[in-house]
Amino acid sequence: MGKEKRALLVLRDGSIFPGKGFGAEATSVGELVFNTSFCGYQEALTDPSYAGQILTATYPLIGNYGVNGEDFESDRVQVSGFVAREVCDKPFHMKSKETLDRFLERFDVPGIYDVDTRAVVRKIRNFGVMSACVSVYSGKQPDRDELLSKARKLDYSKIDFVEMVTTKKRKEYWVDGNKEVVLIDCGVKTSIIRELLGRNISVVSIPARTSAEEILSLEPDGILVSNGPGDPALLSYVAKTVRVLMNKLPLFGICLGHQIIAHAVGGKTFKLKFGHRGGNHPVKDLESGRVYITSQNHGYAVDERSLPKEFTVTHRNWNDLTVEGMKHRELPVFSVQYHPEANPGPLDSTYLFDKFLESMK
Amino acid sequence: MPKRKELKKVLVIGSGPIVIGQAAEFDYSGSQACTSLKEEGVKVVLVNSNPATIQTDHEIADIVYIEPLRPGFLAKIVEKEKPDGIIGTMGGQTGLNLTMQLYERGFLKQFGVEVLGTGVNAIETASERGKFADLMHRIDEPVLDSVAANSVEEAVEFAKTHSYPLILRPAYTLGGSGGGVAHDENELAEKMKFGMRLSRIGQVLIEESVIGWGEFEYEVMRDGKGNCITVCNMENIDPMGIHTGESIVVAPSQTLSNDDHQMLRSASLKIISALGIEGGCNIQLALNQETGEYYVIEVNPRLSRSSALASKATGYPIARVAAKIALGYTLDEIPNAITKKTPASFEPALDYVVVKIPRWPFDKMPEADRRIGTQMKSTGEVMAIGRNFEEALQKAVRSWEIKKSSLSDSSFKSLEEILEHIKNATDMRLFAIYAAIKQGVKPEKIAELSGINVWFIDKMKNIFEIEKEIGKAGKRIYKNAGLLTKAKKFGFSDSQIASLVGSQEIEVRRGRKAAGIKPVYKIVDTCAAEFEASTPYYYSTYEDEDEANPKGIRKVIVIGGGPIRIGQGIEFDYCCCHASFALREEGVQSIIINNNPETVSTDFDASDKLYFEPLAFEDVMNVIEKEEPDGVIVQFGGQTSINLAMPLAGEGARILGTGIEGIDIAEDRERFRKLLNELGIPQPRNGTARSFEDAFEVAERIGYPIVVRPSYVIAGRGMQIVYNAEELSRYIREAVDVSGKRPVLIDKYVEDAIECEIDGVSDRKRLFIGGIMEHIEKAGIHSGDASCVTPSINLSREIQKKLVDYSRKIASSLKNIGAINIQFAVQRNKVFVLEANPRASRTIPYLSKATGIPLAKIATKIALGHELDEYVGDTPKLPYFAVKSVVFPFLKLHGTDFVLGPEMKSTGESMGIDKDFGRAYYKALLGANLDIHTGGRVAISLRPDDRKHARSLAKEFSMLGFEILATDGTSKAIGEGIPVGIVKKVSEGEPNMKTKILGGEIDLVINTPKKGRDSMTDGFKIRRSAVEANVPCITSIEAAFGIAEAIKSVKENSLTIEPLGYYMRILKGGRCG
Repeated sequence: MGKEKRALLVLRDGSIFPGKGFGAEATSVGELVFNTSFCGYQEALTDPSYAGQILTATYPLIGNYGVNGEDFESDRVQVSGFVAREVCDKPFHMKSKETLDRFLERFDVPGIYDVDTRAVVRKIRNFGVMSACVSVYSGKQPDRDELLSKARKLDYSKIDFVEMVTTKKRKEYWVDGNKEVVLIDCGVKTSIIRELLGRNISVVSIPARTSAEEILSLEPDGILVSNGPGDPALLSYVAKTVRVLMNKLPLFGICLGHQIIAHAVGGKTFKLKFGHRGGNHPVKDLESGRVYITSQNHGYAVDERSLPKEFTVTHRNWNDLTVEGMKHRELPVFSVQYHPEANPGPLDSTYLFDKFLESMK
Repeated sequence: MPKRKELKKVLVIGSGPIVIGQAAEFDYSGSQACTSLKEEGVKVVLVNSNPATIQTDHEIADIVYIEPLRPGFLAKIVEKEKPDGIIGTMGGQTGLNLTMQLYERGFLKQFGVEVLGTGVNAIETASERGKFADLMHRIDEPVLDSVAANSVEEAVEFAKTHSYPLILRPAYTLGGSGGGVAHDENELAEKMKFGMRLSRIGQVLIEESVIGWGEFEYEVMRDGKGNCITVCNMENIDPMGIHTGESIVVAPSQTLSNDDHQMLRSASLKIISALGIEGGCNIQLALNQETGEYYVIEVNPRLSRSSALASKATGYPIARVAAKIALGYTLDEIPNAITKKTPASFEPALDYVVVKIPRWPFDKMPEADRRIGTQMKSTGEVMAIGRNFEEALQKAVRSWEIKKSSLSDSSFKSLEEILEHIKNATDMRLFAIYAAIKQGVKPEKIAELSGINVWFIDKMKNIFEIEKEIGKAGKRIYKNAGLLTKAKKFGFSDSQIASLVGSQEIEVRRGRKAAGIKPVYKIVDTCAAEFEASTPYYYSTYEDEDEANPKGIRKVIVIGGGPIRIGQGIEFDYCCCHASFALREEGVQSIIINNNPETVSTDFDASDKLYFEPLAFEDVMNVIEKEEPDGVIVQFGGQTSINLAMPLAGEGARILGTGIEGIDIAEDRERFRKLLNELGIPQPRNGTARSFEDAFEVAERIGYPIVVRPSYVIAGRGMQIVYNAEELSRYIREAVDVSGKRPVLIDKYVEDAIECEIDGVSDRKRLFIGGIMEHIEKAGIHSGDASCVTPSINLSREIQKKLVDYSRKIASSLKNIGAINIQFAVQRNKVFVLEANPRASRTIPYLSKATGIPLAKIATKIALGHELDEYVGDTPKLPYFAVKSVVFPFLKLHGTDFVLGPEMKSTGESMGIDKDFGRAYYKALLGANLDIHTGGRVAISLRPDDRKHARSLAKEFSMLGFEILATDGTSKAIGEGIPVGIVKKVSEGEPNMKTKILGGEIDLVINTPKKGRDSMTDGFKIRRSAVEANVPCITSIEAAFGIAEAIKSVKENSLTIEPLGYYMRILKGGRCG
């Protein structure tokens, strides 16, 4: 892994995890979270929903199959830092183009490894997610107090990360087919677009601040409110747009999109202690009674009691019974908290895109 | 879907004796299933012929039958018990086949019994290769081109349009029995014939080969509502072409990207749904890691060895959940037993690496072909957990019980030899790879030769890089905490470090501890720490946070038995479980240390706390230092745990039960001889030879024949009976290294003696003897290989009194506390003591089942300070007979001869219980998978020594209505008046004994082997053909007479079935009903 870099992970509560560094020699702050998938690190690292967060992989061996040219969920690494137990410097896979070390370095993101990641995860589990600072260095050790004060300064729930990850200008993806969807990009994962295109649905991706009027002027067949980072309560500007659109067009919300819909109708969201991040969460479809294993990445959840009468809860997380999906009783409006587009994670719920297509007919 | 309330009584089928391909994993799955059913208020009926199982304990099942696993017996049980449902998916291929047979013969319909969980259609589709391929085509999942051939012609026809090599897989067989690879038409025809014979329906799948592709397994569960989850995925380090049971396996997969994994996972879910499995199944897939193509290889529609591994690797109790599904529950209704708060409908997340290595029996059978391939040869396996691959791998090697603490092996003679082991895989491949790395062979080259993904080779190379660093540091390593920590993080053992730096293990241990480098314990919790776990288990690693959290309560550690191997079977796991249960009954926290993923003892609820660790001194001592228990019990884990007694005690561990001194006297031949002399107890004359010349002197002094046993083995040859000086000279030259440090022990072989043994428990006051077990074969055959009966049938009251008297004296002088086993040879009226083992023997479970007295539990309580009088009085007088029979692995191990001697060869055992010896023996034989017919043709060929019995033996069988065939010599010995068909010896041309056996013309072979070993003899060929044609082969004259008696008894009295509880009732009532 080239010259040996050192690293420090400093948590808001003052705990310090010294380790080895990989990726960029840099210092960054973020909310420290963990994901329990044993593979899919490339997709996770490039998922805009992780913007502003330092991601910890619970699986200890990371980077085994390198980084390839395909599995990007956006055009760059989105996490502010990466924490791993061990990083593979000799990856082997037919598609591998570079090592994880090199990949993070290219995108100027610091990583720390050779730390007791299970201890980190247990801390988060017991005390909740918290801000942290990761610093990779090769010379003098950075001042720990300084790193700590950086970590403490960060208030994740006050920052509008959607502003940072939404598309700056409209992007259009045309395919043969007669359906067209406007995608409100709050930090969309490429796989969502891919799922739509794969069903011959053209996609127009627009910045999150686009007004309802402008969207309606595009005359789409449906609206998809995407996933994205941060606290949904900060996104009243998107909620306002959604409020208007939901009465006029079929609408599908994923993850942050689901939370925005809740806010749009006067509902509330709350912060989970340590979120749901992984590819193994059971979600029960309350209509069919079936349970699906889902890909999840969210730190907030919809408060069921705050939902207006016209909404009904359709899916529940079978671990903690939180809301995982809802729909409007009359309008073709529905949303899920998890990721039917997978990547990383199980492909069990891609049928929801079919359902969306159906709602536009 | 809630539980189906109409299911009140359920029959669960066990898997019978331990054989290659079916080890302890089915006691684990069966026991867990029974417990899971009982929890739901269902009455459980369990049938198994293997007494050394926890599932046959009355605490686990309500009604237990120890009866042969044959359709006829099962039908009788079904008729008598009238269960509402039957579950056959917990008993391996045996259970599955029996379920199908009962179904096909209409018994289930007749008695209104429903197949619960996975139904017969799903079983049929998954098992019959043709039907399976059709289904896969329908759901658009890729399968290899294949044909289900029922004749050689069909197979050859297929070969015309497909290229060799082709894979043969017989339908409905176990562990790849009869399967193989054919490289040309001759081989195809030959293997086809063999495979057809072994398949229950005479069908063999001929399939294109993807040898060298990556092999991946998915453990999948589905409920009746269609909810599916994958419990675990596993990557076989050894690629396609090597049976998954023979492969080194890692979990989760290491080289799959998310896309690869999801592709295979989605395929697995699609397959389990299409099959309509309700419960668990194992799906094997081949992936070409250069192109991304994959094929579905096969599906096991039942619990399997892999599912046991997956359960232990993840903490997810597959059998428990499958049993609930069988009762109608859905996955979302079943709680996760580890977290208790989350449901079973999730997929476990691992935050560690698991490595499994098979354990092969070649140490006991050096003559066997050591190459591994499509057919299983291993008897068991070990599993290790680490936070990286190197750590898990090195811990697994340490757990292997092959006297190695590292991957280094200096026994290879040349690079060519090393590369040969890599190219044509053998049990030595792992060591060969490491040796090749050491010699500078490039990882890519090794990967190419072996087909193993270079990722794994690179990791092994990393181990070597660290090894070099340690070597370079030498003794300065104690001052280099960084390097020492690194070595430990990557799984280096103290003893390995010691040998690299030229020191002793204990010195490294002290240096390491002085530097503050100690292991921490992490937990297996199914969820990568996302949720708190209430019944987790532990593994060691070298990191920051320790989760062991030892409690300051009364606690005792039970040391397990390690991998299932010849000489160390499931019996010891049974005893360890009982020790743990006894501790719990006493309100003492029970802590188990073991490394075998197949066992009940490593189940999450078999103990209060489980450490999944190697059973090496270092790892065990670390746990002891962490837990600071009130004591350590070493008497139940067989040789593995007893060997640890001395070093553990040396470091201050308190050994409960018999003290170190007693153990040492019993183990040290010299000290034991002295003790017997003092006690005035006869033993065979014996001596110890410390040089080549010494050996002859001792042999002359005590007189031939002698039993020789080396204390250090080179060529894997252990004990042997030697008849003259010439043989002795050859034996010592070829097989052993004799020196002052490595003496050879020599005993007089007691000829024509009856061997017998006792199992007992002693406290500070007296010895309780559970029973006298009389061997059916005469002395000279390893007690583990001999059949035996209790109560004794031939020993006079006087002799029995003598046995008891000697036993008491020995137990008392060894200051034995707890279990003890003593073996005797009775020659006419003289009783010789052969050996005493101050620990639980492999006959404890059998004797416990026969008498209803839980000897291991009592022994544990005695070790805790209780007295025998609280539990038992005198030896029970059984008004019935219990016979133990054994199974041998010769079929799976090419080149081996069916000759029994002082070196143990059997893998498992069965028990028959009935009102007379004959029927009990017959049931035991059937239970041991010997298809003994009560009529037909018997082929007799006896060695010259035994020919004096030829006439009476032939007469017995003739009177039973058998047609007798014999070779010339034996037929002359039989003499006039008994009709005998003379058959040529193999060397005399065809047709001969061999061709008749292979042609299916013989029902029973009695062949007593000549002394000495020679694979060219006629006898060898006859025995080998019997093994391959699946014809029962009896190799001792005493057993032959016993079988005649058994057949006679079966012909006179019909065979009936009774639950174990029935025998216990008549034992209490003191009469035979």
